[in-house]
Amino acid sequence: MPRLRHALPLAAALIAAALPAAAQNLRIALSSEPTAVDPHYHVLAPNSALAAHIFDSLVDTDEAQRLVPSLATAWKNDGANKWTFTLRKGVKFSNGKPFTADDVIFTFCRVAKNETNIASGNKDLMRSFKSVEAPDPYTLVVTTSEPEPLLPRLLAGISLLTSSITAHGKIAFNVDANCGVTGPWPSVSQFNEGSVAIGTGPYKLKSYVRGSAIDLERHDGYWGEKPHWATVKMVPVTNAGPRLAGLIAGDYDLIENPAARDLQRIREDKRLAFSAVPSSRVIFFQMDVARSPSPFVNDGKGTNPLQDARVRKAIVLAVDREAIVKRLMDGGAVVANQFLPNGMYGTLANPPAIKFDPAAAKKLLAEAGYANGFDLTLTATNDRYINDGQIAQAVAGYLSQVGIRTKVDAMTRAIYFPRRAKKEFSFSMGGWGSAEGSSFLRYWATAPDEKKTRGTSNYGGLADPQLDSLVSKALVTMDDDKRAELLRQSITRLLELNAFLPLHFESTLWAFKSDIAYAGRADQYTFAMNAKPAKK
Amino acid sequence: MATYALQRLIQSVFVLLAASIVVFLAVYGIGDPVEILVPPQASAAERAELMRRLGLDLPLWRQYLVFLWNALHGDLGRSFVHGVPAIDLILSRLPATFELVLLAMTIAIGVGIPVGLVAGLDTESRLSRTIMAGTVLGYSLPNFWKGMMLILVFAVLLGWLPTSGRGATVDILGLKTSLLTLDGLKHLILPALNLAIPNMALMIRLVAAGTAEAKAQDYVKYARAKGVRPRRIVGRHILRNILIPVVTVVGIEFGSLIAFSTITETVFAWPGMGKLLIDSIYQLDRPLVVAYIMLATFLFVSVNLVVDLLYAALDPRVRLAGEAA
Repeated sequence: MPRLRHALPLAAALIAAALPAAAQNLRIALSSEPTAVDPHYHVLAPNSALAAHIFDSLVDTDEAQRLVPSLATAWKNDGANKWTFTLRKGVKFSNGKPFTADDVIFTFCRVAKNETNIASGNKDLMRSFKSVEAPDPYTLVVTTSEPEPLLPRLLAGISLLTSSITAHGKIAFNVDANCGVTGPWPSVSQFNEGSVAIGTGPYKLKSYVRGSAIDLERHDGYWGEKPHWATVKMVPVTNAGPRLAGLIAGDYDLIENPAARDLQRIREDKRLAFSAVPSSRVIFFQMDVARSPSPFVNDGKGTNPLQDARVRKAIVLAVDREAIVKRLMDGGAVVANQFLPNGMYGTLANPPAIKFDPAAAKKLLAEAGYANGFDLTLTATNDRYINDGQIAQAVAGYLSQVGIRTKVDAMTRAIYFPRRAKKEFSFSMGGWGSAEGSSFLRYWATAPDEKKTRGTSNYGGLADPQLDSLVSKALVTMDDDKRAELLRQSITRLLELNAFLPLHFESTLWAFKSDIAYAGRADQYTFAMNAKPAKK
Repeated sequence: MATYALQRLIQSVFVLLAASIVVFLAVYGIGDPVEILVPPQASAAERAELMRRLGLDLPLWRQYLVFLWNALHGDLGRSFVHGVPAIDLILSRLPATFELVLLAMTIAIGVGIPVGLVAGLDTESRLSRTIMAGTVLGYSLPNFWKGMMLILVFAVLLGWLPTSGRGATVDILGLKTSLLTLDGLKHLILPALNLAIPNMALMIRLVAAGTAEAKAQDYVKYARAKGVRPRRIVGRHILRNILIPVVTVVGIEFGSLIAFSTITETVFAWPGMGKLLIDSIYQLDRPLVVAYIMLATFLFVSVNLVVDLLYAALDPRVRLAGEAA
């Protein structure tokens, strides 16, 4: 055995030498793949998460979705439409070019003129700017045509490009005159190849092979805190089973969205750890209150019982949401008593708990003249939200117990969303992740108004003048405290109306090797920058 | 032969046309992709602009004609979801699927034919019965479950092979292949095995049944009476005669694996075409789905043509239409 005795220390030395190199590399298994590297192509969680590795925006949001300075160190508003942003000095793009106000104007123009993106609302935002000026390279003055209290929040979603990726003369925010750009605007394919995917972010794009892997390497000239990992590999593994298997087998260091049913398995394995972070994504049912009769409700009289406030209240009381969270979601959710998580800007500090009270529900139904109930079909997706099909079954079970004969029609998202958009349903499941206090109210609960982009998801046809005027006022109130108060009043009013049955906020799960520490984010994004070696 | 090939080519154009109409209508019928792509923050104006750009504002028949006109000019449309030409997306995925299927079919044929011969030559033996029972399992177990089991055993428990994804690739004539790297092969084995198992089972049963039947034929008995060596009887007389159904099945399976090995690709996160198809259907990415199905149809038509030509080579009695006087 002499030979082996010599070989062992050698092997150990080799392994030790190899380890630091390996530890510099982070391999992440994604549950869904970004559709493009172009940060302005499609506003989609996987795309935005990837963009945040490569690009920065003027303003950033932290793990709890609060605004924090990024490439703008400070911003102020003159009480009306004029905003002044002070830009960070000494920032360099990964191609070595310095960051100045011209790059911001160039980016705004690109968003406004983008011919290949999927509609997101950002183009409207850019076109609503009356002017964007740079009195000096590190000051940006934006004047909007309407008061826009959310401007910093909205700009947090816009990744900044460098104007050096195309030929240009003097850059000015003049969309109709092409902003001084003389070369071609960068295309989606150019971003995917990497030639124009140049940002100021903590990582650089090394390669993007669709379906296969995204490789990133550290941007050594990054202005902020340097990330721990020199290289990052993101592999899309859409199926939860193989994703967890890959983590256990050591192919990945961090995986997104392990199935809640596997948490027990992860807890028992010493080599693994997980984090669960309540997200702002609320799951709810939306009731049709506009039409009578409504297609999926039948009370035998040709009317729509959902128009009766007492019936809606009864429905909200009839569902045991605690039980759904505990048994169906395995604790991977938080009961929702309002439409944004408690503690977020513009929410109620202590929302009244919605109690599970089937007796009261029955009484209310009897008062409304539905002592014998009615027929209802609730519709839901079965492949969009966590356990969506089973949640729908559970809700149907609770409603049946108070006498509403409920059936479930669950379908794939490709069929469900287009049908819901055509308002084909009466009692439909929905999910919404809020980045700020007013979006749920604005898009889901106010009366539809195409011009002002309100009520675009108001499939239930709710139209309450009091709520609408509160939300309208909040949307143009510049004072943060006053706006928060208006939003709180709006939520209170919306809860009184009971046009929605709020269920819970989904928690987002990450599983990882126990030698890594990873704290998740409320916006459900996965950031390599947030993964650190665990302290022993 | 040339006339025959030409005839088949003309036929295939009609098949392609029919397939495109059916798929175009079917995907249109499922729903409006804009509702899946566009978030509620987008204004009506931005949404309308997108629809105009994607050509979704036109009536269906005009959308189809636009598609057809562009297709005739070699443009099968841009993916709604990815914003790049659909055909580029599909072709960029083709090498990964192709190498996977190639390896899978090689395993299936390489194992299936000899084992099938063994099983068919002595149908009463215990070995033969065991093999035949095994084949039932081989093609009746669900693909998905089998894949998970392979991962569990070979990747998680034994740790010999990686769980999923595609390994390192090298460029050969501009195509990326992972068949020539060790890492690539390691990643290939499990998904290829998963695809191969049901086909192997099919091949064994086919060959065994054919062998059992051919064995009793007069020409085999005669050859044996003549004193031909058993090895030559099997190789020359039996095998040659049972190859026609085998070639047919290999052809069909090859085509369908290339086009629709969706489940295996999903389980093993293999960046192939099948996974692209399933994702595209979920996102109602019509240009991609239509281009995909047309490509798959084209593939089937050509594979069938090759199979027909192989018949003629294998069996002198087969005359190709057009060749017959």
